[in-house]
Amino acid sequence: MGELRLMKGNEAIAEAAIRAGCDGYFGYPITPQSEVMEYLMAEKPFERTGMVVLQAESETASINMLYGGAGTGKMVLTSSSSPGISLMQEGISYLAGAELPAVIVNIVRGGPGLGTIQPSQADYFQAVKGGGHGDYHSLVYAPASVQEMCDHVKLAFDKAFEYRTPVMILSDGAIGQMMEKVVLFDQVPRRTDEEIIKQCPWASNGRPKTRNHNIITSLDLDPAGQERVNLKLQAKYREMEKNEVMYEEIMCEDADYLFVAFGLSARICQKSTDLARAKGIKVGLFRPITLFPFPAIQVSNVGNRVKGILVVEMNAGQMIEDVKLSVGCKVKIEHFGRFGGIIPSPDEVVKALEQKIIGG
Amino acid sequence: MEEQFAKTEIRKPENIVYKKTDLMVDRPLSYCPGCGHGTAHRMLMEVLEEMDIADKTIGVSPVGCSVLAYDFLNIDMLGAAHGRAPALATAIKRLWPNHFVFTYQGDGDLAAIGTAETIHACNRGENITIIFINNGIYGMTGGQMAPTTLPGMRSSTSPYGRDVATMGHPLKITELISHLPGVYYVTRQAVHTPNHVRKTKKAIRKALELQKENKGLCFIEIVSNCNSGWKMTPVQSNKWMEENMFPFYQLGDIKVDGKLIELPKTS
Repeated sequence: MGELRLMKGNEAIAEAAIRAGCDGYFGYPITPQSEVMEYLMAEKPFERTGMVVLQAESETASINMLYGGAGTGKMVLTSSSSPGISLMQEGISYLAGAELPAVIVNIVRGGPGLGTIQPSQADYFQAVKGGGHGDYHSLVYAPASVQEMCDHVKLAFDKAFEYRTPVMILSDGAIGQMMEKVVLFDQVPRRTDEEIIKQCPWASNGRPKTRNHNIITSLDLDPAGQERVNLKLQAKYREMEKNEVMYEEIMCEDADYLFVAFGLSARICQKSTDLARAKGIKVGLFRPITLFPFPAIQVSNVGNRVKGILVVEMNAGQMIEDVKLSVGCKVKIEHFGRFGGIIPSPDEVVKALEQKIIGG
Repeated sequence: MEEQFAKTEIRKPENIVYKKTDLMVDRPLSYCPGCGHGTAHRMLMEVLEEMDIADKTIGVSPVGCSVLAYDFLNIDMLGAAHGRAPALATAIKRLWPNHFVFTYQGDGDLAAIGTAETIHACNRGENITIIFINNGIYGMTGGQMAPTTLPGMRSSTSPYGRDVATMGHPLKITELISHLPGVYYVTRQAVHTPNHVRKTKKAIRKALELQKENKGLCFIEIVSNCNSGWKMTPVQSNKWMEENMFPFYQLGDIKVDGKLIELPKTS
């Protein structure tokens, strides 16, 4: 078993990055995720593993630093919160277009605009449906605990390189700020430059006389060429849908009703499930862990066995669209959400289940 | 047949006194005839060849006329989003500190949309080389006003001439960044005559040698023509450049060995 520590979610992200063998972190302070860079600067990974940590002049610069580092085959990370992630969308689109591996953490806060610094899940659409311009997806993980904040970083790096794609960890201000015990995985050594050159023959890191030059770009002015790029990306997303779906089912076997929730909402619904069952309501919880690819078949299988589904999100109803598309129209599906930084209580969720699904 | 034979004769190694560097890809450039980009590309590649550092060099191309620079330069390259080349170069150099890293950017890319990235890379004293091509116009998009368009100069978005009262003044970003302590060497050159080409090449070599010594950021502005955008013949545009651009963007060293050079007052 790895080292056991009590940590904030944001700190777990940072420590996991160092241990995963990350080569560089580039970021810009924004509440509620500033602890990521603060932890890194205090921890001096440049001395521990040789990892570069740099405070950029903006989120725009951070994401483009990621593009630069990723284009040379290095393992790079940035983190931000909603308004900063909006600024990064151009860069994420370029990462997807140029097929570069990078990990982006979004510790979501309430919006729109400057919004609030309190937790929210209102960036679901942005994270899952593309976000920037053009037809693309990021692989999206939704951790629901500090342990998963840690584990998803390592997983995200693995998948980013496997698929050569940007991967987003979609968390929120509560999971970023809350402290829980976490079992840290052991240090993975950073790859040497020689290993990187071998592992990433596509990367632009200096052309030896033995090969043609490598070009990292998302541009193809020839429509037929650009269509080929798009087809390749789409094929990659179909592969992800086949191989990368992750989800959790809690007390679904005998359930009459179902909560569907991700991240923090799923943590709340876990308690709501207990409360409802104490009242004699047989409810289960389905938690998507990957938001793209969405566990469509899995939620449909469970969803079509129950009498009604309540999708609980800290937004005005975003993931519910994917739940409805997956489950179809034979089962009643309603949404319960609080927004603007308000976290619903487990009681509130049970009440919503009773009113909107059971009584409704 | 005779012609073919003559060519082969000339190509005998002992007869070659000058040839295109192998670091220029053998394909036609996408630039307009008369444009300075091709010459600037070649000088940069000749320096890499002479220093024998091509395998340790990573270049970043911009958005603008030279967006396809990576197709012509036979070295590993990354195409940046508009204006963000210095951010890419920052990360690349920090992650590959023993490599040579340069950006190649136009005036819209470097001095308008990318001003923040330019200034902050300069201010951090990143050990990179920035090659800045200033032709006072947006060439690729069809001749719109650039941050460096001269007062009164016509463009498709300043069809009656740049009115500084409403459109702002041309930005001397090279002078601006030369005041930052992280910047070690700043010079402004041109590539329209053999003499200027030689000086530009020397400046590029100097900048890359300084990069090897980790002296800080080196910045080379090349004032160039845009005969298409300026609606002139190549010859006319070079003359116009000498008469109008050079008095405003004065050629010569601006900062050497980390020290500013006193320049005579410009118009």
